[in-house]
Amino acid sequence: MSRSHSARLLADRMLAVSGLVVTVFGLAVLAVLLIDVARDGLGRLSWQFLTSFPSRRAESAGIYAALTGSLYVILLTALIAIPLGVGSAIYLEEYGRRGRLSRLIEINIANLAGVPSIIYGLLGLALFVRALSFGRSVIAGSATLALLVLPVVILSTREALRAVPSSLREGSYALGATQWQTIWHQVLPVALPGMLTGVILALSRAVGETAPLIMIGALTYVPFAPDGIWSPFTVLPIQIFNWVSRPQAEFLRNSAAGIIVLMTLLLVMNGIAVWIRDRAQARSRM
Amino acid sequence: MSDSLTAPAPVVAVSESVATDSSEGSTKIDVEGLTFYYGMTQALQDVSIRIPPKRVTALIGPSGCGKSTFLRTLNRMNDIIPETRVEGTVTIDGQDIYADTTDVVELRQRVGMVFQKSNPFPKSIFDNVAYGIRINHLVDSRSETEARVESSLKAAALWEEVRDRLSESAMALSGGQQQRLCIARALAVQPDILLMDEPASALDPIATQRIEELIHQLKNDYTIVIVTHNMQQAARVSDSTAVFWLGRLIEYDRTERIFTAPSQKITEDYVTGRFG
Repeated sequence: MSRSHSARLLADRMLAVSGLVVTVFGLAVLAVLLIDVARDGLGRLSWQFLTSFPSRRAESAGIYAALTGSLYVILLTALIAIPLGVGSAIYLEEYGRRGRLSRLIEINIANLAGVPSIIYGLLGLALFVRALSFGRSVIAGSATLALLVLPVVILSTREALRAVPSSLREGSYALGATQWQTIWHQVLPVALPGMLTGVILALSRAVGETAPLIMIGALTYVPFAPDGIWSPFTVLPIQIFNWVSRPQAEFLRNSAAGIIVLMTLLLVMNGIAVWIRDRAQARSRM
Repeated sequence: MSDSLTAPAPVVAVSESVATDSSEGSTKIDVEGLTFYYGMTQALQDVSIRIPPKRVTALIGPSGCGKSTFLRTLNRMNDIIPETRVEGTVTIDGQDIYADTTDVVELRQRVGMVFQKSNPFPKSIFDNVAYGIRINHLVDSRSETEARVESSLKAAALWEEVRDRLSESAMALSGGQQQRLCIARALAVQPDILLMDEPASALDPIATQRIEELIHQLKNDYTIVIVTHNMQQAARVSDSTAVFWLGRLIEYDRTERIFTAPSQKITEDYVTGRFG
């Protein structure tokens, strides 16, 4: 075995080891964080905590208003963002002409995906809360978050559509299918798993967003669950933030419990996404 | 940017015997002065050919000679590719298929196509064959669809192998079966013309033989135009052969003449394997 060969082997080993080290480091920090949160919050977590409204007394305060608020907001965000995002992506990818304009649009969408969320908050405040007089309502929050996730939904949907092999499209066209028939019967079913992944990741981001909702005036103290899209609301991250900023230790425990609730919600959403994706994949592979 | 086409163009040698050889001396596909561009690149130059009905016409030539491009102009499959341009006329049954009034969807129903790489849809065997029937609303009832699927699979010599597992995935079939499924799928919309773009190039010899036997049976009912890289295959399956070279049609004649007494030096060199 030549020297250069053993040197290369050594470099290979070193790279593998350092890769392992950085991975473990990241995971360890995350684990410490989770353990810390769990130690503070698990004891506080109870049915009573999930079903109570916020209160001045930490031990009787609960997360019900924020949890239902988050669920409301995310559902409505999905209802707005998915049709708009998927529709735009289908148009841009399948129908839009390739040219300077489409490249300009593409670059802009990619840039929009990187705009800080607080900017979307400002836009939401000016457009939905003020100009359209939605007020500080669930619909204003959802519309703002929908704008926020729209670029991500469009980009990931286009990516999924682009990954559909052109042989499938040609096979469909060759049988006398129209463009829409080809998209509906052949392209979308194959692209669905990829599209779903992008959509759920985008919505997961929206669930954790705080800044734009504070900007549009989501309340920090809401002693009621939203009863419609025009109702004022709060969401989990805002409630957590509110509790964290209190001086009393009991409220800190509340916020830790709130974090557990929020992370469980995210886990459930991602779990549903994986489940739907696997099902769709199994079907499209057949 | 037609550098690739600047080589001295040999005179096209189109034998009269091709046209007169067909039973009625009639023409199914009449191509006049067809020139084709991908963007700035010229892929076909001034191709004129008359393809008789219910015969197998093979298109041969080295890679990049334009034979696949030519095949795809016959059902306007190149329309899908952006920035392509067509000059000249393609007339099928007396209808100019590039006229503004031509319905491309209807054209592709009449001119079916089988691709080089078998491309079954990720659906059941039944749904693959039924797809063209359903999207074109060719029949009114489920039982008619079933009957049409069965007859198409029989015509493609696949029925006996799949009759008990029509609801299984088409992706589970072997390569040769998939290609026959694609033929069945094309037959299900009842075209008059079948275009085949190297349908057996990805198949093993036995599967290839089955496809060739199938082509022999199908030419009783269909006009078949087949692109092939395989000289022996062209010699075995076709009645007439067109030789493409650098985007031009350089010779078109009865197949046995192309292989035994070609009039062009390039044809002779190509069919004897001196290049290509």
